[in-house]
Amino acid sequence: MIRFEPRADRSLRLQPRPPIVGNPALGRITDDVARPLDARPGLGWCACFAAAATALSIGVACVAYEIATGIGVWGLNRTVGWAFDITNFVFWVGIGHAGTLISAILLLFRQRWRTSINRSAEAMTIFAVVCAALFPLIHMGRPWLAFWVFPYPNSRGSLWVNFRSPLLWDVFAINTYMTISLVFWYIGMIPDFATLRDRASAGLRKTIYSIASLGWNGSHRTWSRYETLNVILAGLATPLVISVHSIVSMDFATSILPGWHTTIFPPYFVAGAVYSGFGMVTTLLILTRSLMHLEAYITHRNLDAMAKVMLLTGSMVGLAYGTEFYVAWISGNMYEQATFIGRATGPYAWCFWTMVACNALAPQVLWSKRIRASVPALFVFSILVNVGMWLERFVIIVTSLHRSYLPSSWVMYRPTLIEVGTLVGSFGLFFSCFLLFIRLLPMIAMWEVKGAASHAGGTHG
Amino acid sequence: MASAYLIATFAEPRALVDAVAAIRARGFKIYDVYAPCPVHGLDEAMGIRRSRLPYVTLVAGVLACAATVAFEFYVAVFDWALNIGGKPDNSTLAFVPIAFEMTVLGAGLATAAAFLLRAGLFPGSAPKLAGPPVTDDTFAVALRWRPNAFDTGEARNLLIENGATDIRQMVGDL
Repeated sequence: MIRFEPRADRSLRLQPRPPIVGNPALGRITDDVARPLDARPGLGWCACFAAAATALSIGVACVAYEIATGIGVWGLNRTVGWAFDITNFVFWVGIGHAGTLISAILLLFRQRWRTSINRSAEAMTIFAVVCAALFPLIHMGRPWLAFWVFPYPNSRGSLWVNFRSPLLWDVFAINTYMTISLVFWYIGMIPDFATLRDRASAGLRKTIYSIASLGWNGSHRTWSRYETLNVILAGLATPLVISVHSIVSMDFATSILPGWHTTIFPPYFVAGAVYSGFGMVTTLLILTRSLMHLEAYITHRNLDAMAKVMLLTGSMVGLAYGTEFYVAWISGNMYEQATFIGRATGPYAWCFWTMVACNALAPQVLWSKRIRASVPALFVFSILVNVGMWLERFVIIVTSLHRSYLPSSWVMYRPTLIEVGTLVGSFGLFFSCFLLFIRLLPMIAMWEVKGAASHAGGTHG
Repeated sequence: MASAYLIATFAEPRALVDAVAAIRARGFKIYDVYAPCPVHGLDEAMGIRRSRLPYVTLVAGVLACAATVAFEFYVAVFDWALNIGGKPDNSTLAFVPIAFEMTVLGAGLATAAAFLLRAGLFPGSAPKLAGPPVTDDTFAVALRWRPNAFDTGEARNLLIENGATDIRQMVGDL
């Protein structure tokens, strides 16, 4: 069968070229995702970015003032030693968890609907973790000494960090989460950078895409390893995401404060994190699909599936609220009971009832298929989720702290404008990063959508 | 070093998998296949072995875990034992969360690094492309072409029969 054929190349050159090379359906996916990156930003995007940048500037000014003056500019006092900052920290970490759930856990469960939203959800994770990390940092008062939280040999002895402290666990959890999420996100983008590199004409763009794509050439031997790598990273990220919010909850659960000292905290926090994260993903994707005209990719099916996850996790959060009250009652511990009665009837009762309405009652409307199919209804609902989940952390933290064992220490906590400005600034940071992301990077994983499209057999259409 | 390749392009992943299987059945060696997305069934058709990346994950994870536990133990028990709330110096359970986080971090970073090394992906390395559309909408099979040990006519016929949309020869580096 093998024989010498010296004129092979000439015989090949004489073959007539067939008219169509390439698969039109796959080419269209590239076009749809890459075209917005070449075009000028639309009016909607500019308006959103202006708003986000303004919010970010407010935050920068507040943080600068706080660092220059000291954390006395916050409304904290001796009884309520942390409030707004830690609320924002837990809130933002929780937001990030939906991204990992979509990119890792749903990958392991082979949920194909995740392919088109997974990249942006992961980006959201990274920006949310950045926002979260900001708050412990600025609460240090001297953030330039933040490296003291790492165990490095130092000239103080070496005086090491305390490995028994949940706050140190947090340091490791957040840093690991941030690093692994970044690696997962970047690895996922390499093939898409290669696609953009080969599309771009010579210039700065092509140079940047060339460096970022690391010489990717679509070799199947590499693809084969790449899929193994993605499954491994997903397998690592899945227990990681659960550990991160469990550890965050242990910041509270390992203390002896009534309302915090409960074993339900880790699963309760993880469910709440997924609920709030999906709320934020829904908000962002509804905005993005209209800003970037990606209705064909971020479909009603995606929104419907996310609504169902919110219905499930919202109901779990509601169940946790009930369980907390039940356990406080049946424990016979008067301090626990006083704390929970205080949550529902005390000076912060309006926060508590708003939280219950947004987190436990509101998701029940999602049983209705009509509401799950309505984009405006889902948008309003997703905002409610964010409000409710922010208040949940505020309720847990402030109501437990402000009235604990010693009535002579009971105080009220009210945030100052600086604290509110910092929260506004963190939203500004988050949305600025996200808006830049959808302009500068392929926000839909082209290779994954192509894989799903060609695997489903519907490549012509 | 430049070599000669026979590049056949396909529009449909399914045709590609069939063609690869047919070509291998006739004794040709596949140099590589280039695709804009992972193609299911191609591992089997090309006869690619399972990746050994999971072993890297396992080894790196075990090492990272052991190193972290050892370090925590050394710090808290030997180097500078501090009495914190009367807890024992060797509070093993309290060392678990950080050991877990470092296990995940070490395993994840090592696996990603091993992948990049094995696949030869580095910042600034020039892509060796079988044609630009393979990162967009086209699938390509590359056969190493050796002038005196390769039946080009047979390979070409096999590829055309199996739905190749274009066949060309390429001299270069893949």
